[in-house]
Amino acid sequence: MTELLSAKNLTVFRGERCLFHDLSFALNAGESLLIQGANGSGKTTLLRAVAGLLDLEEGEIRWRGFSTLAHRQAFHGEMAWFAHSVGFKNDLTLLENLRFESGLRSTSMGRLSAVLDKLGLTSLTQLPFRALSAGQQRRVGLARMLLANAQLWLMDEPLTNLDTAGQDLVVNLITEHLQGGGACMLASHQAVGLNSDMQRIVLQ
Amino acid sequence: MTEPANPTLWQGFAAVVKRDLLLAYKRPGDMLNPLFFFAMVSTLFPLAIGPAGDQLKLLGPGVVWVAALLSVLLSLNSMYLSDLEDGSLDQLILSPQPLPLIALGKTVAHWLVSGFPLVLVSPLIAITYQMPTETIGVMVVTLTLGTISLSLLGSVGAALTVGLNRGNALLSLLVLPLAMPVLIFGARTVALAAADDAVSAGVYFLAAYCMLALSFAPFAAAAALKISNE
Amino acid sequence: MFRHMWIFLHKLASPPHFYGLAAKMIPWFYVSGLLLIAYGTIAGLFYAPADYQQGDAFRIIYVHVPAAYLSMMAYSIMAISAGIGLIWRMKLAHAVAAAAAPLGAWFTFLALATGSIWGRPMWGTWWEWGDPRLTSELIMLFLYFGYMSLRAAIDETSKADKASAVLILVGAVNVPIIHFSVEWWSSLHQGPTLVREGGPAIETAMLYPLLGMILGFTLFFGALLLARVRAEVLHRERRSRWVRNLILGESA
Repeated sequence: MTELLSAKNLTVFRGERCLFHDLSFALNAGESLLIQGANGSGKTTLLRAVAGLLDLEEGEIRWRGFSTLAHRQAFHGEMAWFAHSVGFKNDLTLLENLRFESGLRSTSMGRLSAVLDKLGLTSLTQLPFRALSAGQQRRVGLARMLLANAQLWLMDEPLTNLDTAGQDLVVNLITEHLQGGGACMLASHQAVGLNSDMQRIVLQ
Repeated sequence: MTEPANPTLWQGFAAVVKRDLLLAYKRPGDMLNPLFFFAMVSTLFPLAIGPAGDQLKLLGPGVVWVAALLSVLLSLNSMYLSDLEDGSLDQLILSPQPLPLIALGKTVAHWLVSGFPLVLVSPLIAITYQMPTETIGVMVVTLTLGTISLSLLGSVGAALTVGLNRGNALLSLLVLPLAMPVLIFGARTVALAAADDAVSAGVYFLAAYCMLALSFAPFAAAAALKISNE
Repeated sequence: MFRHMWIFLHKLASPPHFYGLAAKMIPWFYVSGLLLIAYGTIAGLFYAPADYQQGDAFRIIYVHVPAAYLSMMAYSIMAISAGIGLIWRMKLAHAVAAAAAPLGAWFTFLALATGSIWGRPMWGTWWEWGDPRLTSELIMLFLYFGYMSLRAAIDETSKADKASAVLILVGAVNVPIIHFSVEWWSSLHQGPTLVREGGPAIETAMLYPLLGMILGFTLFFGALLLARVRAEVLHRERRSRWVRNLILGESA
C-alpha cells in the first residue's frame, strides 16, 4: 500500500493551551481516519493544522514523502477541504459559485455538470446560494470536493445539517473515494456509518 | 471522470477578479458608497473655507487627493472580511493557486471597483475647484497611479486587520502613514501642474512607487492573510 | 569557526540562557551609558562654546540628535528582529521587536519634543511644517503607534508576533521612501532657511560631547531594551519549568 499522508510528532498550541502533543499517524491510499473528541478538544484544529491553515509548534506533515510546508502548492492541488462554514458567496448563484471553483482549478464545464447531476443539484443552479437550505448548501460543498478531484479529503463535521438521505450520500461518496484509491480524514462527534476498519484518533 | 488539467495561473487570477467584480455588481452599494464619500468630502471644503475662487484653486489638488485617499481607505475594510466570515478565505488559501496571485486578483478587483470610479469622477470635482484643463489631465494620471498604489498598500493592511475587533480604525492607523509618499507626490505634482511647473519628476516617482508596490504587496498580503486566518 | 558562531547564536536564542546573560550585561550598559551621558551633559552644557548664530539654544541638540538617531535605530532593530523571527521562527527575536517598540516610540517623541522646543527660538513657532526632519519624525511616531496598536489588537502572542513582523517589514521598505518624499516636499516649500545641525565646520569642543551623548544614549537604550526583553521573555515563558524553578529558587 502506498503511504500518502504521514504526520510526525505534531504539537499545536492554541494561545496558552496545548491541544495535542507528539501526535503521529499515517494514512495510506484507500484508508480513512476519524478524529473524535468532545467539543473544544481540538478536532478542527488538528484538521486545520494538517491542511496547512495553522502553524505547527513542532512536528512535520508529509504528503507522498514531501514536506507539505515546503511543497504547499503541490499538496493543495491534491487536497480538498470541507469545513463547517462551506465557503461560498451568498450573493452569487450556485452555478457562479462553482464556476469560480472550476476556474481556480481549471476543470472543465462538462465535469461540472456531471458533478451537479450526481449530487442532484442541477435544478438549483440558478438560485442564489443564500436561498438554498442548509442541507443543500452542504451538498454544494460536496460538489466542490468532487470537482477538485483530490486524493485527500479533509472533512470537518461532514454530517451536520444533513438528513438521512444526505448522510447516506456523504458516506457513499467517501466509500467511493476510498475505493478509488483516495484517502480521507474526518473530524466528527457523531459515529460515522462507515465500515469499521477506520483508524481513529481520540482527542482528550 | 477525467483528471483535471493543471491549473493555469492566468485562469486562477481571472477567476478571482471575475468573482469579486460579480459580487460588486450584485451589491452596487458597496461600490457607490466610497464614490459618494469622495464627492461629499470634496464638497465640505468649499463650505468650510469659503467660496473664494483663488483659495479653492490653491486647495483643489490637496483636497481631491485627501478625499481620494480617505475613500479608498473606507472601502478597504471589506476587502477580505466577507471571505473570512463565510469560510471562503480557507478555500482560497487552500486552493492550488499561489496565494500572492489570489491576493493580487482581489486587489485588482478592489481597484476596479473603488479606485477606478474615483479617477473617472475626479475631473468633475476638479472643475468645481476651477482647475485648468491641462492640470486635470495630470491629476487623472497621478490619481490612476496613486489609487493603484493605495489599493496594493491597503491590501496588506486589510489582510493584517481582517477579523480583528475595531479593525477599521486600526486599518487607517496602519495604512495612512505608509500612504504619505503617495499623497505627497500625488497632490504636490498636481499643484505643480497648476503652477505651470515641471511635473515629470512626480509622475515618474508615482509610477516607480506603483511598480514597487506591485512587486511586494501581493506577497506581504498573502503572508498576512495566512497569519490572520490562523 | 562558523560552527562555533552558529552554536553561540543558538544558545543565545534559548530563553533561559538569554535571561541569565542579559542580567549580567545590563549593569555594564547602564554604568557606561550613564557615565557617557554625564560627560556629554557637562561638557555640552558648560564647556562647549555657544553657536555664533544660534547662541545657547543649539545645546538642545545634545538630546535631540541622539533621540532622533535612536528612533531610527529602534525601528531598524525591530525590522531586523522581525525578519529573523519570521524566517527562522526564533521567538526571542519577536520578543526583541515587541520590547523595542515602546522605547522607539518614546525616543521618537523625545526627538519631536526637543525639535519643537529648539524650533521656538529659531523659527518663532513651536511647529514648522517646512522642516522635513520634524515631519519625518512625526510619521515615524505614527508608524510606531500603528505597530503597537496592531500588537494590542491581537490576543494570541504568536499571531501578534507574526502579523506585526509583516507590518514592520512593510514599514521598513517604506521608511526610506517616506524620508525621501518628505525631503522633496519641503524642498518645494520656500520656508524659513534652516540651519543644519553640525555642518562640516562644527568645532571639536561641540562635537565630542555630541558623540559622547550619542554613544551614551545608545548604551542606555541597550540597557533598557535588554531589561524589557528579559521581562517579555519571563512573561512569555511563564508556564515553563525554568521560570517556575527560578521563582521557587528565589523565594526559597
